[in-house]
Amino acid sequence: MPSDPLKLRQIQSIAFFAILAALTYGSIVITKYDVVQGFTAIPRAFSWATTHFIPDEAAWRRLPRILEKLFETILMAVSSATTASALGLVVALLGATTTRPHPWFSLPARGIASIFRNIDVSAWALILLFSFGQSTYTGFFALFFVTFGFIVRVMVETIDEVGMASVEALRATGANYLTIISQSVIPACLPQLISWVLYMIETNIRSATLVGILTGTGIGFSFDLYYKSMNYSSASLVVLVIVVAVLIIEALSNVIRRAVL
Amino acid sequence: MSQRSEPLPRIRVRPLTRANLSIQLTLLGLTLLTLYSFTTFDTRGIGLVEALQDMLNNFRLLLLEPRLRSVSFADLLEALFVTVGLGLLTTVFGAIIAFFLALFAAQNLAPIWLNNLIKGGTAFIRAVPTVLWVLFFAVAAGMGSVAAVIGMTFHSAGYLIKAYAESFEEIDAGVLEALRASGASWWQTVFQAVVPTSASALLSWTFVRFEINFSTAIAMGATAGAGGIGFDMFMASAFYLDLRELGAFTYAILVFAMALEWFATHMKARLGKSRE
Repeated sequence: MPSDPLKLRQIQSIAFFAILAALTYGSIVITKYDVVQGFTAIPRAFSWATTHFIPDEAAWRRLPRILEKLFETILMAVSSATTASALGLVVALLGATTTRPHPWFSLPARGIASIFRNIDVSAWALILLFSFGQSTYTGFFALFFVTFGFIVRVMVETIDEVGMASVEALRATGANYLTIISQSVIPACLPQLISWVLYMIETNIRSATLVGILTGTGIGFSFDLYYKSMNYSSASLVVLVIVVAVLIIEALSNVIRRAVL
Repeated sequence: MSQRSEPLPRIRVRPLTRANLSIQLTLLGLTLLTLYSFTTFDTRGIGLVEALQDMLNNFRLLLLEPRLRSVSFADLLEALFVTVGLGLLTTVFGAIIAFFLALFAAQNLAPIWLNNLIKGGTAFIRAVPTVLWVLFFAVAAGMGSVAAVIGMTFHSAGYLIKAYAESFEEIDAGVLEALRASGASWWQTVFQAVVPTSASALLSWTFVRFEINFSTAIAMGATAGAGGIGFDMFMASAFYLDLRELGAFTYAILVFAMALEWFATHMKARLGKSRE
């Protein structure tokens, strides 16, 4: 081991990149990824897109139907994010070090949240298909569970960051638990919570498309239907509509974030 | 509280500022949208209460009685490695592309018109869900790992360009100015100042993306023919209707995702300490 710290750092970096290169090569082998085909497919895909992946007149006539599915999907993303965040806030209050009613609450609250967020939304959809079939519930609960797990994680951190000082101050005045929570912790955390809810709505709209393909609902199902029947011009209109919707919602979220934070 | 003899004049604890008003309006809007959403659900005649009971029963089967039937444990591990490999590959490719493009997307390193061009392009790339990128490339490349890798790389690059560019923009302007004043070339500035100061931020963003790509890889196996554990889960759910086998796969992805999250949290804590 050289004693020169710069030299040591250099060796560490080289070792890091060597291991990464080896892992990358291993990944290419195990996934059977054809590197050459990978590079040539990109220009081929885009040149194909300029002639085939463009909405034609027949596709535009389907716009009202597509928009209807889009709104259904957006509403599902909003309602799942909102309800999951409300429940997530409650569980985060039980789990956070500053606000937990008893130290025993922390581990179960965080553990349950961890299970919910670490099972991917597509896996949730496949699991929930057994109980809810091809109804909107499947997608709603898949998004709900993942959002819930995520919100608990970030809100536990937020509560511990912003809550500590004010909770101590209020406790010193003799305020009871519920007063402290409702008058100090929640108002202090609300701007952050809203920011995370908006983030989850953005994420959920993208995930909802995926879940829709799996469960046969919403805008994802529309895309899948056109795609599988090789009606690529209609499929391209679905993509276009999703892009516009996501960009509008992102812009709207940024406006709200700036006003709230 | 009840000892009060006469009601105190109500003191406005939280004055109605613009921020408070916005918070209340946002909450109201979200609540109304949520309530409206419930009336539009396509329930397909499924009773919520029975379905929820059924769900709890299914969770019990899934989590307490997992077992493999159509595949062996070795197959499961191999499928998991394929999914991890897919996530790793697309993260590495995405990171390499993103590093160079992010240099041109950062305001302190490139002209503003170039920033806007790249940032606009990446906003578009990110707005398209990953699954649609993969299916788009599948038309030219066929269903399989090639389409999955390109599609996921596209979205990863779009995400990482934004994250890296923001990290670059946080660099102390004085450091860059000092290097420029001493006559350092643009690439020297990048490799002597930009990369060393933002290395830990870049590393932690890349790891976050690896976590995302691992779960995306599961989803692409289930929806876009990318293989791996996602495909096995899809088969167990839609084809064999085997909840207990689905449970075994669920445990596999759960354990791996939790390990990744644990590693990320500890890495962040260590990076945070070394920065102080």
